[in-house]
Amino acid sequence: MKIMVNGNPMVVEAGITVDGLLDVLGVNRRFTAVAVNREVTPKSEYASVKLWEGDKVEIVRPMGGG
Amino acid sequence: MSDTNLVIGGKEFSSRLIVGTGKYASMDVMKQAHEASGAQIVTVALRRVSLPSGESILDHLDTTRYTLLPNTAGCYTADEAIRTCYLAREAGLGEMVKLEVIGDPRTLFPDVLGLLEATKTLAREGFTVMPYTNDDPVMAKKLEDAGAAVVMPLGAPIGSGLGIRNPYNIKIILETVTVPVIVDAGVGTASDAAIAMEIGCDGVLMNTAIAGAQDPVDMARAMKLAVEAGRLASRAGRIGKKLYATASSPLEGVPDWTS
Repeated sequence: MKIMVNGNPMVVEAGITVDGLLDVLGVNRRFTAVAVNREVTPKSEYASVKLWEGDKVEIVRPMGGG
Repeated sequence: MSDTNLVIGGKEFSSRLIVGTGKYASMDVMKQAHEASGAQIVTVALRRVSLPSGESILDHLDTTRYTLLPNTAGCYTADEAIRTCYLAREAGLGEMVKLEVIGDPRTLFPDVLGLLEATKTLAREGFTVMPYTNDDPVMAKKLEDAGAAVVMPLGAPIGSGLGIRNPYNIKIILETVTVPVIVDAGVGTASDAAIAMEIGCDGVLMNTAIAGAQDPVDMARAMKLAVEAGRLASRAGRIGKKLYATASSPLEGVPDWTS
């Protein structure tokens, strides 16, 4: 199925969890946060929140800024 | 005379200079500049992870030493800014946020209606809200009433280096609110920071003035000294301004040289 990750289309297994997606992407989780369809996903729910066709995922972390 | 600490949301800071992490030529220069600034709070932005995820700015920031202050730069609505703060909290960056709701891309002036709305919501949700606002005393009071932990009026547009354009408004803000007042944006050089502190501000926040200087490390030190000098001068109490001279040496006892 197709989802959007940080604005880019990506094909993943249907029902993959947030945890699974972060593993596939190899994201370092320190100071990282995730939102699915505009809602922030608590870290405690990474293993239970599943992703479905068309979901929009944002994965952010701190960058230089003023 | 011993000084008090800057208190924000119950946390105490001996440094009154807050610095950014943007626009540095290298992480090494940033680290040295932070060190030279003596700052205890550094701002960060939240952005999409680049994939595959490589180096993080946090590999270059000692998070046991610096309090990270996530901003909501790039947010144009209260909703975007609020969601960004939730993301920051979930990322483990704490509950202190530099709240920006931008109203216009050319000036980066704040949208104060959105700012007020976001301040109310975030304060209710337990955040320590530090709103970047304009130099309007009426809005500063409204932000304080909405639960802002500090108010941060701009000295001039972000990154402009124009200095403190309306010191009189900043003075009125200082007399209007009881929360700390931190000048955020517009500082170009050390004297600008000193002026902000001399007026009586509780702190100064800057990024470009240091990161964009030819020698960011020396400029960081200059800013540290300026903030300290301005603070001291403010507490020491300056003399009044007069149009005509007042002699510093005694008028009595001058030798008579007439022949």
